[in-house]
Amino acid sequence: MSPRYLAWRLLQVPPAVLGVLIVTFVLIHLAPGDPILALAGEHGDAAYYAEMRAKFGLDRSVPEQLGAFIANLLRLDLGVSYVHGRPAIDVILERVPSTLLLTGSALVVSTILGIGLGLIAATHVRRIPDLAISLTALGLHGTPSFWLAQLALLTLGLWAGWFPVSGMTSPRSNATDIAAALDVARHLFLPMMVLAASEIAAISRLTRVGLLDELTQDYIRTARAKGLTNRQVLIRHALPRALLPVVTVIGGRVGHILAGAVLIEAIFGWPGIGRLLLSSVQTRDTPIVIGIILLIGCGVIIANVVTDLIYARLDPRIRFA
Amino acid sequence: MLDSTPASASPDRISAPVRRATGRPVRGLPLAAWGRTPAAIIGFILTSVIIVVAVLADLIAPGDPFATVGPALAAPSGAFPFGTDDLGRNLLTGVVHGVRTSVLVALAVGVVALPLGLLVGAVSGASRGRIDDLLMRFTEVWQILPRFFLALMVIALFGPGLDRLVVVLGLTSWALLSRIVRAEILSIREREFVEAAHALGVPQWRIVGRHMLPHALPAALVYVTLVLGQVCLIEASLGFLGLSDPNVVSLGSLAGQAQRFLRVAWWMWFFPGIALITLVVGLNLIGDALDDRIRGRH
Repeated sequence: MSPRYLAWRLLQVPPAVLGVLIVTFVLIHLAPGDPILALAGEHGDAAYYAEMRAKFGLDRSVPEQLGAFIANLLRLDLGVSYVHGRPAIDVILERVPSTLLLTGSALVVSTILGIGLGLIAATHVRRIPDLAISLTALGLHGTPSFWLAQLALLTLGLWAGWFPVSGMTSPRSNATDIAAALDVARHLFLPMMVLAASEIAAISRLTRVGLLDELTQDYIRTARAKGLTNRQVLIRHALPRALLPVVTVIGGRVGHILAGAVLIEAIFGWPGIGRLLLSSVQTRDTPIVIGIILLIGCGVIIANVVTDLIYARLDPRIRFA
Repeated sequence: MLDSTPASASPDRISAPVRRATGRPVRGLPLAAWGRTPAAIIGFILTSVIIVVAVLADLIAPGDPFATVGPALAAPSGAFPFGTDDLGRNLLTGVVHGVRTSVLVALAVGVVALPLGLLVGAVSGASRGRIDDLLMRFTEVWQILPRFFLALMVIALFGPGLDRLVVVLGLTSWALLSRIVRAEILSIREREFVEAAHALGVPQWRIVGRHMLPHALPAALVYVTLVLGQVCLIEASLGFLGLSDPNVVSLGSLAGQAQRFLRVAWWMWFFPGIALITLVVGLNLIGDALDDRIRGRH
């Protein structure tokens, strides 16, 4: 990867972030009612509104307001959450780790399982394993995550009783270290698998199609002619090239998984930013809503850049788009 | 048109075989040709069922979906094939009208996104240099906005409602479409039939509109079928979270109400989801079949 490509790609980040900030700003000003209600929430007193009005420059011209808006957000200053009585950014940041645990593990698990299942399907084309995997993937791809979550909750949680149905830790548990980690893992399993399900479907489809395309190439025939076993040809030669398209979708998957996390956290009572976002929408605690949406917007932008950089590193043909 | 061009060579007077040779594609999609795989047929059947249900909703399940018509939480039976909810409302009526809402939202989003995507893609693909560059940078910003969260924020700021949902989902769905249209147009811009049209003195806008855009249409339709499936899922997700228009039945909000009664009334959870899966899988199958057809896999 050339330094020029790196610089060129990183230079695209600030305009993208600016774009997200401007869209947010425009929405706040288009919303019915006084923008101060959107910026400060509906439960403030006159003194706090006056303070926020001055901070976001609402008595000044629109360009100045935009400047103040961007400056405040870049300093991570969102104002005070009236529901929580603390700076909104603090409330958001303390929920981030549990969401990262949920989404990160779903990302890893879906990548591994998706590639594995795609590999199995591609090596059994049009036979039972392929049909089973492809049909399941097709179904999962069109299944709303909340429906799947309720299915898992009903069968594995309520009827079989194998997994806890809500929360991140057992109440009144004073376990430490390994026992505590195992407890979190047990709570994590169902929400993580449901969140990973549609991604597993997408990745196994991509891997399967990619492998089948690669296996018709000449270099595969050469490798076979050299006397390599099927396994070696598949794993060492075809798979790495078939996985290139899988890498390109990681950026998009991050946004998708984060959106899924809002539903999954709500259903499984997982204490992350998704549930916080939802409860803040319901209580109209807008400083938190704006903060979380900007955080997720920036997260998706960064994920896209990282994806492009990984892709450029893996495929030397990529220089400039 | 130049005076030296013979009248017989003007684009409106060329005979049919010549027109075909200049690359004007057949109008419409040759349905019979690509609809032969089992996946395509199943996709067609599923989508047709959904469309029939949406169109004939008032015939299939007459009455107000919000009206209490029976005992609360009654299991599926002859009188109530899908059972009733906690307020004694007929779930069949709810699901049928919920399907109608989903289809309406998807159609409305398509009506917003398709012309925008075609227009921006065509302008971008046909014009080289700065305009193309500028438009593509502009679409990147729209592409990166996380659609679901933007919809959530709009509902948080503006309150729930189908109109704003359609606007948000439409405005966040055209960007990738325009890039697909642009790529298709770039791929045929240097072809002989375009050159021939130029040589005949056909104006640029007409070449783009009548000769290039029809070529981009199949690829655009593949994307549209897939994105409309996603749009239905987003609408349902917001409904599930209790953020849909309270005056309209949504498959998502029906499933959301089931959450509290999961232990006692599985049917409240089951049927709305099945309807949604039918809709989305049907659209995906059609999109896949169309895509295979374009890429010549079958």
